[in-house]
Parts: sequence; structure tokens; C-alpha cells
Amino acid sequence: MAEKDLLYNYTLHLADNSMILGQRCGEWCGHGPVLEQDIALTNIALDLIGEARSLYQLAADLKGGSATEDTVAFLRDVLGYKNVLLVEQPNTDWAYTIVRQFFYDVFHFYLHSELIHSTETRLSNIAAKSIKEVTYHLKWSSEWMIRLGDGTDLSRDKMQEAVNGLWEFTGELFMPSKIEQQAFEAGFAPDLNILKPMWQEKVEDILAESTLYIPEREYQQKGGKTGVHSEHMGFILADMQFLQRAYPGANW
Amino acid sequence: MSNKEWPLWEVFIRAKQGLNHKHVGSLHAADVQMAIENARDVYTRRMEGVSIWVVESKNLHANEPSEQDELFDPANDKIYRHPTFYILPEELNHM
Repeated sequence: MAEKDLLYNYTLHLADNSMILGQRCGEWCGHGPVLEQDIALTNIALDLIGEARSLYQLAADLKGGSATEDTVAFLRDVLGYKNVLLVEQPNTDWAYTIVRQFFYDVFHFYLHSELIHSTETRLSNIAAKSIKEVTYHLKWSSEWMIRLGDGTDLSRDKMQEAVNGLWEFTGELFMPSKIEQQAFEAGFAPDLNILKPMWQEKVEDILAESTLYIPEREYQQKGGKTGVHSEHMGFILADMQFLQRAYPGANW
Repeated sequence: MSNKEWPLWEVFIRAKQGLNHKHVGSLHAADVQMAIENARDVYTRRMEGVSIWVVESKNLHANEPSEQDELFDPANDKIYRHPTFYILPEELNHM
């Protein structure tokens, strides 16, 4: 794969994760359990979508021609999306939302901690900007893990159920796609094998503090990175892309 | 979830170094840490501040509104308490 194509595709991996998780968090807008957390979560959604925008702008530059951040985000179909399955999982309830966020925040944090050293300065600049945001996201979701995990019997049950339900989507974070592998070999992407033990240690620490445990089930889902998504993905894109599909080029 | 309401907190934000913290509003939070973070999310997301104070509303004590007259009216006719009867040196022209 030519270097430019490789960077384009790798950028989509990063962008799609942030975009889809941002979209999921945004679904809470107006529905949060309390006003303050409604705002907290939509702030996170906006951070993620902001990061996705920077990445889509880079992707559009690399693609050239008439591509813009919008065409890259809104005119690709399910199979073209490279996000992990974890981020497209439904909100379900507050517990699922927190656990999904926490698992992803830990990954996002260590990914960006490495990405700021990327040889590709356009990527390292974006990582340097968003790592402050991600640091806050991780603090926020860790605190909710502990608050609800080590909370009442009911809140602990709900959190454990969410951990059990989402655990099988965490392995994919560290299974490199062909693109991620090549990007690592080309020197501009972090080695996912290095990130995995960092992620594992942080997750184990916070789970222990939350009085929660990792389920014994070993099986891990995969597919999102290569476009083989869960059934939820089509619905997310239908929501997200409706306007640009129905009214191409529509603007604010 | 318990239906018990989270306590109310008053939020004070310092807009920039050198200015006082100013009361900006109130919010609900389960404890002080959550109160500071909620304040960050609710009151500083448009770059309104560089420092946050929160205090549980129950710890703020106010005067009795019924004492309004005896507390504040007497100041009305004490104009001599303003330093307006002094001739200021030139250098302080803009006071």
C-alpha cells in the first residue's frame, strides 16, 4: 500500500472510533440521569467529535480531489467504517455507557500517549491536542466505575453486568488490522502489543477499586476494524448520515 | 437508584488570574469531587474560568431579609463615608 493510502486508512481507524463513540455519547443529550451528567457526557461527545473532525480533515487532504471532512464522515457505508465493535455497542443504560466509555478511555489514553511521538507530525499534533481531553474522560469514567461499582448492591450488579456484557469487545482493540500493522511497521503508529499490558493493568486497578471483576469468558469478538460490524452500526449511520444522504451538501 | 436528592452546591469561578472568584450558580452533586467536576462541565466549558470553588449550599449563611431596614437603610444618608471630600494629589487623578 502506498504510504499516502496507508496513512489515509490508518487515520480512518482513529477517526471512526472517535466519531462513533461521540455519536453514541451524543444520544444521551437531553436524556442524562441528571442535568450535570447530561452536560458532562455531551461535553465528552463533543470532544470526541472534535477529534474526529481533525482526523477527517487530514483524511480528506490525503484523499484529495473533492473530498472534505463531511464526505469522508457522511458518505461512507457500514463496510467502509473501521471503528472497533466496542464503540458501536448501544448505550443500554448508564452502567453500560460508563463501562464502554471506561474501556475505551483507557485505550484512547495510552494510544495517544504513544501517538504524540509519531513520526507523522499531523497525527502527533492531533494526539497532543486531544490527550488533555482524553485524560479528563478517563478520570471521569474511572470515577463513575468506582462510584457505582463500589456503590450499592444494585449499582454493583448493574456495573458487573455491563462489564460482563462488554468484555468480549475489548480484545479487538489490540488485534491489529493489516493497516494498523503496516502503519506500525512504517513507523507512524504505536505498537498495539505495547498498549495491551498498560491497558490491562489500568483496567484491573480500577476494577479492583470498583469491587468488580473480569469475567472468565475468554472468547473475544472482532470484525469492526475490517468493516464487519454488528447490527447496530447500520442504525447509527442511518441516524448520523440521514441529512447528508437526503439533502446532499446541506449546510447550516 | 435511590430517589434521595444529591445535595446542592454553590459554584464560584475565577475568570482569570488576579480577579476574584465570582458566584456563577449552583448544581447538584453527590460529594465535593463530583461537585468540582460538575462545575467544570457546567460552568467552564466556554473558557469561563481558571479556578473553581464549590461550597455546599447549606454552609452558606445569609442575613434575614426581614432585617433589611435596620441592616442597610442607615448607610443611606452617610455620604461622608465616601472619600469624596478630599482633594487628591494630581497623580491619583483617575481614582
